[in-house]
Amino acid sequence: MERLDHKIISGIIEPGSKVLDLGCGNGELLLLLTNSKQAKVQGIELDEQAIYECVEKGLSVFHGDIDSGLTEYPDKSFDCVILNQTMQEAKKIDFVIQEALRVGREVIVGFPNFAYIKARSMLFFRGKAPISKSLPYHWYDTPNLHFLSISDFKDYCREKGIKVEQRFYLGQKRVVKIFPNVFALQALFLISR
Amino acid sequence: MKEKGVGEVKTGYFTFAEHPHELKLESGQSLGPVTLAYEAYGTLNKEKSNAILVCHALSGDAHAAGFYEGDKSPGWWDEMIGPGKALDTNKYFVLCSNVIGGCKGSTGPASVNPKTGKPYALGFPIITIKDMVRAQKYLIDHLGIKQLLCVIGGSMGGMQTLQWVATYPENVQSAIPIATALKHSPQQIAFDEVGRQAVMADPAWDEGNYYGKAAPERGLAVARMIGHITYMSDKSMEEKFSRRLKEKDYSFKFSTDFEVEGYLRYRGDNFVKRFDANSYLYITKAMDYFDVSADKLIPRDAHIDVRFLVISFKSDWLYPSYQSQEIARQLKIRGIDATYCEINSTYGHDAFLLEVEEETRLIKHFLNKTFKDKDITRTYEI
Repeated sequence: MERLDHKIISGIIEPGSKVLDLGCGNGELLLLLTNSKQAKVQGIELDEQAIYECVEKGLSVFHGDIDSGLTEYPDKSFDCVILNQTMQEAKKIDFVIQEALRVGREVIVGFPNFAYIKARSMLFFRGKAPISKSLPYHWYDTPNLHFLSISDFKDYCREKGIKVEQRFYLGQKRVVKIFPNVFALQALFLISR
Repeated sequence: MKEKGVGEVKTGYFTFAEHPHELKLESGQSLGPVTLAYEAYGTLNKEKSNAILVCHALSGDAHAAGFYEGDKSPGWWDEMIGPGKALDTNKYFVLCSNVIGGCKGSTGPASVNPKTGKPYALGFPIITIKDMVRAQKYLIDHLGIKQLLCVIGGSMGGMQTLQWVATYPENVQSAIPIATALKHSPQQIAFDEVGRQAVMADPAWDEGNYYGKAAPERGLAVARMIGHITYMSDKSMEEKFSRRLKEKDYSFKFSTDFEVEGYLRYRGDNFVKRFDANSYLYITKAMDYFDVSADKLIPRDAHIDVRFLVISFKSDWLYPSYQSQEIARQLKIRGIDATYCEINSTYGHDAFLLEVEEETRLIKHFLNKTFKDKDITRTYEI
């Protein structure tokens, strides 16, 4: 089954675009973009097993850490840079976003919403660190280093002078329209400089 | 085991650069005639579009796969080359030739100089990786192959792979440099120099004029022992030998107490039986001179269409991953299609010969895609 976030991202990407996926995992999204958008894609991924899966799909990937930056890529060398569900795991997230904005004309950022209603109630009523569909980890085994809400990310863009082109709020199966910071499990932002 | 591979193989010989068409070397000197020993596995297709050139490392040779008649052990990369293997001989035509300067059938310092009727010895000109590759190009031309589907090799084989792209970008469709570097670091040069000094310090070396006499076996064996230390990792040595003793107790003499000592001596002693000491000097020098860093691999404004798969190994401290990452970095700056993977191995530099399963996963699919894309381009051209 196609993931809702992948479907939305695929809708944003122009046909034939040059795309860089930071933290591309097993390359599922990149393969989708290659097949449905004839995109010229590249990925960066830290996990060795995921690299093998990418190569099996015929994708070009770089085994490495996104925290060390994207110095080898000239400015605006991609139409779109994707940071989907990886941003919260990066150490120097501000630096990574700035680098993504430098090498890409546009950047798609996808992240789990920490202010989702169930996360709020777990913290408020039960006094426990939230566990939800988009944050499915215990405090001791989570790869997430940063916890942010949709409002936090909006504030961040405003402070840094980043232009928000489009926003998508995702529930479990469909897009969320009302009070996204309360009802959305995750968010996708299309941003640019 | 034998049934699964390419079976029995024979070495072929190709001679070129006869007088007055000697091979002009990078040093300015010339060499001729030049003979290359080579082996081929699989079948070259009608379009001659399925050829893969395998480049060997320092002590390797043209015998990459299969068995010689009556031999028990196969070629040095037999696990990677054969029907259904990473370099699938059902699909591809796989070639491997001994480098010039070598001692396994190609022209080198132990070959007879036609001008003197005696072995070249130190009269053999200094050769470089570029010269090795230029000699291979003669062989490829001779076989009528316009473009190699892939050039692949580990260590010094990786250097030749990179040199192929630097010198003949039009003639290479894809490249797989493994556990290699754009240039030797001072540490790598230092290890090579210690090896050379060990050879040259052996009185039997006699300024290279030992042919027909006792060879500088002690010196070459020591050089090889040092080499083997650099090919392993701290962890792989711990796993392989630990502090295990050959006998029950210490001998309290300078004999081989520890298994690791026995192993190194065995490796050293075996090496001198199959390798020429002068070749060792020439080939290590070629590796030290090699430098395709910065714009020398691919000029910044060049539009070349070569796909890359760059592989390194986590515990390889002789050719550390940062050197492979630098290769990938240079490719990305130039917008060249490249994949880089660091395989998590404890074998050290030797891993490129041992991590067959992981390498196969990467190489097989990479070649599949390269070959498929070639088919598509061909269809469009028609």
